[in-house]
Amino acid sequence: MNKFKYLCALILSVTLLSLQANAQIAVKGNTVHTISGNTITNGVVLVKDGKIERVGSADRVRIPNGYTTYEADVVTPGLIDVHSVVGLAGIFNQEHDQDQLETSDAIQSDLRALDAYNAREELVIFLREKGITTVHTGHGPGAVVSGQTMIVKTAGETIQEALVDSVTALAITLGSGISNEFSKPGTRAKAVSMLRQELIKAREYAEKRASDDESKRPARNLQMEALADMLEGKIHALVTAHKASDIMTALRLQEEFGFSLWLDGAAEAYLLTDKIKEAGVPVIVHPTMIRTRGDAQNASFETAGMLHKAGIPVLFQSGFEGYVPKTRVVLFEAGIAVANGMDANAALEALTLDAAKILGIENRVGSIERGKDADLVLFDGDPFEYTTKATHVIIDGRVVKE
Amino acid sequence: MVLLTFLLFDFSAAQQQTHVFQGAEILPVSGDPIPNGVLVVKNGKIESVGPEGSVSVPSGAVVINVSGKVIMPGLVDPHSHIGEGDGGDRSAAMHPDVRIMDTIDPRSDTFKKALAGGITSVNVMPGSGHLMSGQTVYLKLRPANTVEEMLLYVDEENEIYGGLKMANGTNSIRQPPFPGTRAKSAAMIRSLYLKAQQYHEKIKDAEGDPSKMPERDLGMETLIEVLEGKRIVHNHTHRHDDILTAIRLSQEFGYRMVLHHVSEGWKVADEIAEAGVKASIITLDSPGGKMEAVDLAYRTGAVMEEAGVDFGYHTDDGITDSRLFLRSAAFGMREGMSREKALESLTIANARMMDIEDRTGSLDPGKDADFIILSGDPFSVYTKVEQTWVEGEKVYDYSDPKDKKYATGGYDVFRGSGYGHHDHEGGK
Repeated sequence: MNKFKYLCALILSVTLLSLQANAQIAVKGNTVHTISGNTITNGVVLVKDGKIERVGSADRVRIPNGYTTYEADVVTPGLIDVHSVVGLAGIFNQEHDQDQLETSDAIQSDLRALDAYNAREELVIFLREKGITTVHTGHGPGAVVSGQTMIVKTAGETIQEALVDSVTALAITLGSGISNEFSKPGTRAKAVSMLRQELIKAREYAEKRASDDESKRPARNLQMEALADMLEGKIHALVTAHKASDIMTALRLQEEFGFSLWLDGAAEAYLLTDKIKEAGVPVIVHPTMIRTRGDAQNASFETAGMLHKAGIPVLFQSGFEGYVPKTRVVLFEAGIAVANGMDANAALEALTLDAAKILGIENRVGSIERGKDADLVLFDGDPFEYTTKATHVIIDGRVVKE
Repeated sequence: MVLLTFLLFDFSAAQQQTHVFQGAEILPVSGDPIPNGVLVVKNGKIESVGPEGSVSVPSGAVVINVSGKVIMPGLVDPHSHIGEGDGGDRSAAMHPDVRIMDTIDPRSDTFKKALAGGITSVNVMPGSGHLMSGQTVYLKLRPANTVEEMLLYVDEENEIYGGLKMANGTNSIRQPPFPGTRAKSAAMIRSLYLKAQQYHEKIKDAEGDPSKMPERDLGMETLIEVLEGKRIVHNHTHRHDDILTAIRLSQEFGYRMVLHHVSEGWKVADEIAEAGVKASIITLDSPGGKMEAVDLAYRTGAVMEEAGVDFGYHTDDGITDSRLFLRSAAFGMREGMSREKALESLTIANARMMDIEDRTGSLDPGKDADFIILSGDPFSVYTKVEQTWVEGEKVYDYSDPKDKKYATGGYDVFRGSGYGHHDHEGGK
C-alpha cells in the first residue's frame, strides 16, 4: 500500500470511529426518572460526547438537528449492581470458568479482581441487556478473606476499557458459608480469630508503612498492603454475614478495627435493625429471591422493605450462586422487594444513585444529570414488571443494546 | 384424637358447604375470561361458572364477594421436589422399582410454600443424577397427616398415582455403575426396556396360569405400566440432541413421555411438535450453570407456541421457588408468548402431562374445586395469591399471618425446605 492510500484509509477509519463515538443521541420518555431531580413526564435526555448534555421536559428541551432519537415509555439511569461475581465466575459451572474463589488459603487479600476479569463474559453481556450498566464485582463469598473487588461498566472488550475503580473492597465471609476445602477454619470462632490476628498484623504494618523514616518502613507485602488499605479506609470491607450472630460479629469487628463496613447478605438483619442503624452501616441485602437454606434459611422477601423503613441504607445485589441461576439480575430482585412492601421509588434509588454513592462513583453515574456519564436504560413499561423489557441500553453515550 | 376428629369434621363440613364467589374476573382457562363472573362450589366440586346473571345461586349458599379480584384454576406443577422425599441411591443408574411416595413428609413446610404460590396439584419427582431415579408421585395439596390422603390417582384400579422419572445428557453421567457417555446412557435404557418387553411377553404367555408367571420384579412391573401407556415418563433433558434422543427412545418402545426443562427446546421445537411429545419448560433468571443449559432462553415458550407444541412450565422447586410459579410463565410472555398460552401453561397443559385434566386445571362444572383468588393480573409482579382453595376448602389465606409467613419467609418459617437435589452437580 502506498503512503497516500494508507493515509486516506487512516483518515477514513479515524473519522468513522470518532463519528461513532460522538454520535449524538436524544432519548424521549413518557416518564424520565432522573433520580437526582424530579421525575419528568414527557421528558427528553440529550447525550453528547458520551455525557449527558441536558435533561428536561419535551416542551423545554428542543432536540437539535442531527441527533438520533430513541423513544421509550420509561427512562432510568443505568442500573448498578452493588455486589456480583460476574466476569470472575463465568457461565459454566466448570473449574476453568469459576475464578471467584481461590481455595489454597482462607485469607488472600492480595488477589486482585482485575487480573481475573473476563470483559467478554456472556453473563456480563446478559446483564447489560437487562439494563445493568455498572457492576461492583470481584472475589466471591466462601473464604475468610477471598480477595479484592472492583467496579466496572458492563461495556468494553477489555478490563482497561471497562474499569471504573480497580480496588474497591475486600470480600470477607463470616458464618458457615466458608468453603470446607481449607484446612482451617473449621468453625465460626476460628474464622474470627484468624481474621483478627491478620488485622492486628496489618495494623502494625500500616503503622510502620506510615513511618517518616524510610528505613523503618516494612518490605512490601501484597497481603498486608490490601488489609492496611482497608484499615485506613482507602477500601471497604464487604462482609457477608447472614445469621444474626454473624452480623453482630461483623459489627464487633468493625468497632474493634474501625474499617468501613458494608454488611452483605444479612438474611436476619430484620432482627437487628436497631443495632445496624446505630452502627451506621449500609446493608447490601441478599438477593430477594435467595434460596431459604443454610445461613440464609430465615431470609424474607420483606427484608429490604423493612430495613428501608427503619432508615437503614439498603442496596441490591445479584450475589453468587454455586449452581443456578449463574447470575441473578438486581432489577428482578428489587422488583420482588417492591412487591413485598418496599417503596418503588426507594428501590429505584437503591439501584442507581444510592448505589453510586456507596461505591463512591456518584460523580460519574447513578442519575440523569448534566455532565454525568450517559448511561441510560429505556424500558417499554414499569421497570419492575415481569413482562417489561429494556428495549435500549446506553453506556457512555453508545447504544449497546438495540 | 379429639382434635383430629374436629379437623376431619371441619374439613368435610367445609366441603359440603356450598360457596358462591361473586364479582371477580374469572379466568376459566377452558374458555374466555369472564369479567364479572360467578363461581359456585359444592361438595368439593365446581357446580357452575359463568357471567353474573347466567348462574343460579343455590339457596343456603355462603356468598363471598370477591369484586376486583381474579379467580383462576389452582396451578398444576408438573415437576417439583417439595415434600422432602428421596429416590434411587448410588447403587445403580436405573431404579424403576423405587417410589418417592414412600418418603414424602406430608407435614413438610414446602407444601405450605407451594400453596402460597397458588399450586394445588403437583408431580413430585425423585432427585436428579440417574437415568431412571424412580417413580414420581402426583399429589393434591389437601391438608393431610399421611401421604395417602394427598395421592392424586390417575388409575385407581391399577394403583397409578405418578409417572416415572428419567434423565439423559450429563445429568446421569458419572462413575460406574452409571454411564460414562451419552451413547452408553441410551444403550442402558434400551436394554432395560427390551428386558421389560420380554418380561411382559412372559406374563402374556402365561395367560393367567400362576405356574407360568415370571418371578415378580418391581422394576419390571413398573416398566410394563410405562409400556402400556398407564404411567407417563417424565424425562429431564436440556440439549437439543438429548431432546431428540429422548424422543427416539420413546418412539422405539412406544411409551408416553413429557420432556422436562428443554433448555434448548427452541432449537428443535418443530421436531418436538412433529413427534407429538409434550414439553415442560424451566424458567431460570439467567442461562448457564451446567454446560448443556447455556443456551436457555426466555423465548422458549413463544417458540413452542409458534411450533404448536403442547407445552407448559414447571418450578423444579427448589431450583425455582414455588411461590413464584406465575412468574415463570410471565417471563415467557415478555418474549412473545400469548397470554392465553401463559394461563394454560400453568394449569390445564400441565394437567394433561399427568393425565389429570379431567379432574383439575380449568374451571368447568364437575371438576375439582381447585382455584386461586388473586389480587390482580396473574402476570404482574405486584399481584398476590390471596387465597388457595383445594376441593372446595380454603387451604391458604394471605390475610392470615399464620399463612402469610409462607409467602414471605422470615425467622424460623422454612425449617425443612433446605432442599438441594442438584447440589452434587454444582460447580465449586
